[in-house]
Amino acid sequence: MFLLLFGVSIGLTIQSHSYHKSKFINSANFLTGGIYESASGISDYFNLRSQNDILIEENNLLRSQLLNRNDSTNLNTAHIDTISFNGNYRVQSARVINNNYAASKNYITLNKGQNDSIKEDLAVITSKGIVGIVDNTSNGYSRVLSILNTRSSINAQLKSTNHIGSLEWDAKSSEMVQLTDISKFAPVKEGDTIVTGGQSSIFPQGISIGTIDSYVLDISGDTYTVQVKLFNDMTNLGHVYIIENLDKAEIQRIERTDDE
Amino acid sequence: MNSLNIANIIRFFALIVAQVLIFNHINFAGTINPYPYILFILLYPVNNNRTLFIFMSFLLGLIVDIFSDSGGVHAAACVTIAYIRPAILKFAFGMIYEHQTIRFNNTEIGNRIIYFSFLILIHHFLIFLLEIFNISRILMVFQKTLFSSIFTLILCILISTLFSKKQR
Repeated sequence: MFLLLFGVSIGLTIQSHSYHKSKFINSANFLTGGIYESASGISDYFNLRSQNDILIEENNLLRSQLLNRNDSTNLNTAHIDTISFNGNYRVQSARVINNNYAASKNYITLNKGQNDSIKEDLAVITSKGIVGIVDNTSNGYSRVLSILNTRSSINAQLKSTNHIGSLEWDAKSSEMVQLTDISKFAPVKEGDTIVTGGQSSIFPQGISIGTIDSYVLDISGDTYTVQVKLFNDMTNLGHVYIIENLDKAEIQRIERTDDE
Repeated sequence: MNSLNIANIIRFFALIVAQVLIFNHINFAGTINPYPYILFILLYPVNNNRTLFIFMSFLLGLIVDIFSDSGGVHAAACVTIAYIRPAILKFAFGMIYEHQTIRFNNTEIGNRIIYFSFLILIHHFLIFLLEIFNISRILMVFQKTLFSSIFTLILCILISTLFSKKQR
């Protein structure tokens, strides 16, 4: 009996380590989602003030961008596709009903799911920076693979140049993530900004992530490993935006023909 | 006997709710969370149906797993401590356990701390070992085990003292 149940649980553990496999054991199902939602309905009142501050800050930023639009149109046109009417990205808002950041594999639960056409592999961000990628959905809820998860790996680049690397987490601090595989020819400087790269079809290019805190050359001597201090306070998430890249299917189709 | 069963069922659900809604979000000093839900396993009556007990522990762990998105980590740790509990009981309480007359309310506090801390240490070590799942981070496993265990132990002693009936 012991060995049987122990085997089952070890199996579940190993299964949860492989991407997109753990369909059943996750907090996005009907029961756990419902409990988390009602609990967060109560606890949300306690950080209303800080969430309001974040929203006002964002409104401030957007308003100043709107007023100064004439100055910056020339800079931004490169990213805006003027041919398609609806744009390339669809944005939805959602509320965080369960947030973990203490374990080494952290997940976040959101209060929107398939009924709101949330699918796997959509990007999740806040006004300040990135949060993670949707990795599991039910009818009413979805689970997000947080960037504070040792399984997470996201394409990122330096803001000033186009040197790309991959963003990982070493489970040590909820404020720091690591950017690996940055070429040694890149002009890495402390205080520089890191943004999402254009090589992934999940995140739009140029979403801010954080600033460079420190960096070391790898043992091999070819690449830098950069400590990135996040703009986001991952311990205080209230409202997030879910971004869907409408061109993703097309991009993937092209990439698939490339492989053959 | 019946009232004892009902008390256990209530304890089962109350501890799960408290664990997933409160204790999973304490995040003391950034990363330290206690896991006092295993109090259910610690305080389960001694003269029990072994198979049922192990199965209940598995369910307990699995439900906590579902809530905290951790695969089968808690389930594995819970089943293990439920399985080895008799050995630890014998070690911590000695003669009283042999006669199957143990009542946790009446035991010496020293014995109880030894009993609690052994099971908590094993449970937490397994949790973090399976969760991190990386032998090169073994130091981090030990560190987390130690801090979390101390936290859990204090909470377990407090809760079990608060909710125990005075029978002396």
